[in-house]
Amino acid sequence: MLFNFMKARPARLGHTLGDLAVGESGILEDFDMPQSIAEHLINLGFVPGLKVLVARSGPGGNPRVYRVDGTEVALRRDLSRCIAVRPLREQEAEMR
Amino acid sequence: MGVPVSIQGTVLIPKVAKGSPVFKTVAVVGPPNAGKTTLFNRLTGLRQKVGNFPGVTVEHHTGSFRLDSGEEVSLIDLPGVYSLNPKSEDEKVTIDVINGVMPGAERPDAIILVLDSKNLNRHLVLAGRVIALGLPTLVLLNMADELHKQGGRVDVLPLARQLGTPVALVSAVTGEGLQAVANFLVATPHMPEPLELPIFGDPRHCREWAVRMGSRAAYRPGATPEWTRRLDSIFLHKLWGGVIFAVVIVAVFQTIFSLGQPASDLLQKLLDGVAVRLASLLPAGLINSLVVNGIWKGAGSVLVFLPQILLLFLVIGILEDSGYLARAAVISDKLMAKVGLNGKSFIPLLSAYGCAVPAIMATRTIENKRDRIATILIAPFMTCSARLPVYTMVIAAFIPNRPALGPVVGTRAVVMLSLYVLGFAMAVATAKALKSSVLRSRDVAFIMELPPYRWPRWKSLGLRLMDRANAFLFRAGTVILGVSILLWALTYLPMHNGQPPAIGDSAIAKVGHFIEPAIRPLGFNWRIGVGLLSSFAAREVIIATMGTLHGVDPESHAMALQEALKSDLTPAGAIALLVFFAFAMQCASTMAVVKRETNGWKWPILQFLYMTVVAYVASFVAYRVTLLYWH
Repeated sequence: MLFNFMKARPARLGHTLGDLAVGESGILEDFDMPQSIAEHLINLGFVPGLKVLVARSGPGGNPRVYRVDGTEVALRRDLSRCIAVRPLREQEAEMR
Repeated sequence: MGVPVSIQGTVLIPKVAKGSPVFKTVAVVGPPNAGKTTLFNRLTGLRQKVGNFPGVTVEHHTGSFRLDSGEEVSLIDLPGVYSLNPKSEDEKVTIDVINGVMPGAERPDAIILVLDSKNLNRHLVLAGRVIALGLPTLVLLNMADELHKQGGRVDVLPLARQLGTPVALVSAVTGEGLQAVANFLVATPHMPEPLELPIFGDPRHCREWAVRMGSRAAYRPGATPEWTRRLDSIFLHKLWGGVIFAVVIVAVFQTIFSLGQPASDLLQKLLDGVAVRLASLLPAGLINSLVVNGIWKGAGSVLVFLPQILLLFLVIGILEDSGYLARAAVISDKLMAKVGLNGKSFIPLLSAYGCAVPAIMATRTIENKRDRIATILIAPFMTCSARLPVYTMVIAAFIPNRPALGPVVGTRAVVMLSLYVLGFAMAVATAKALKSSVLRSRDVAFIMELPPYRWPRWKSLGLRLMDRANAFLFRAGTVILGVSILLWALTYLPMHNGQPPAIGDSAIAKVGHFIEPAIRPLGFNWRIGVGLLSSFAAREVIIATMGTLHGVDPESHAMALQEALKSDLTPAGAIALLVFFAFAMQCASTMAVVKRETNGWKWPILQFLYMTVVAYVASFVAYRVTLLYWH
């Protein structure tokens, strides 16, 4: 199977990591991507149930840097739109 | 807080460093960025060698660790893995070696697992998988110094009890706690069953297990140092990020050209000096010529690359170890995405402007194999420093220096710049073609972990430089030497009454005449043909060859050679020659390194054929088009 992130516009996902602005955070819920990439993300700390923060964006606005489980990982926008999150409101984010 | 060197309790490693090793072969396993290689270097020092397993491109190091008793244990450094999933090549190699089914590798009888003590919540999952394999395992929680500095802590004893394996908190950088390795190797550890291993398959459960293990060991990871974040807000800044990136790149270039090139030139002079000495010491004749012109010149053409290779790897090593390389990949990713590659290919391609050889060796940082091959295939299109002397000579001989773009930029500069653009454009076109066809990446995305910034360590930089220099000199060097001796033989055969033939009667001239019909459409005669053939050893060799053919010394009679060239080439032929050099893969070193890095002859041969065909066609077009405008 060939997976094209540029064209994949996951309809079944509600909020995605790509929808969050810099400084916002959410709880990881699901991946809509090939198993192997999802596993790589999980190995890097993107485990469903954990909080992920949009730490900053690169000079061109893409890729962006995410902070999760004590590490920082850069992802392109197209991939971040394939990761479902539950956005956290500010107070909630601080509590976690 | 004290660091336990040996652990007392249910999981016992007696404090004896002396005695015979229980294990003969030990595999070193761990995730990327956990300091596995630093540890391996620390334990084995220079007693290590690099190799490829048959049939895979994954590289591994083997080395020996000397115990106090003087006996040695063989260590295998395996590729960095996050888990043991046979779908990825690296992880399959790790599994195969541990299971003893990898041909050419001895089955290890124990495992040293290296984890980053600051990232145990993630890395302990791998511990679960490795311990489940059933081999005696020593778990090293590495980077203890940084963990403590960042306010983190972990108790190894409860963790060892939970996992059923000895656990030690160590620092491969400072050497702290490493006595545990020797203790593990000489003592038969009492191995109780692990209390609980994770349920594999579900990442949530695995992580919950890891967190549970950590909490029983009173684990606190510590905080990422604030200055990493502060530095990132500058290095990844919308405006300054790009500016600093550009400055770094210019500095890399500047280092290669302003230090590397003169060093190479100086080395060349020294080698030439030795050649003259050698020639005068040996009795004149066949042996003299073989040693001086065949072997010494061949060895020299390998050695002259060394200063640039070492410099480039020093600079890249500093960037990599400091953590900036990961940021550079993020910044350049948007640009590289346009040709179907990603940010990890940027630095290798940049290095190729100095020399394709270190550039191809630098592609090791690209994990995706297809992206890596694509980067290797396009790297030699970048205008490397070996093309420069050829360009300079031909341009000086044929292109009149007139103002072209304003009063400052002349025609010669424009031609030179066009050649750079030409090579770059062909690299981009080739990358696009490859990435949309044979090397299309499946299921791959740009995922870049940004490690915290840290000061590079000279010792680990030095070891890596030695490693690269060895790989180049011994693996690539032998091929180049062979080619150079072959070329020498062709120039000195057939012998008549024990005398070498006149250059016109030599085997190489016969070859030149033989290929002349093929190169005449490009505007080249047989002498250029011989020059081209010799330049397949290394591009700049054509200058010396043309010099020999015309019976003039290329060094002292540069003008004479330039004049002589005009009898070989028309202006249109000269343009065709420049275009040929921009595209052709005339470099035995590069081919040898591609063979080594891709672990086979398939890619270097395909690359050679492709680049030669492109060079031939483009050169033909350039010749015909120039003929229309410039007779």
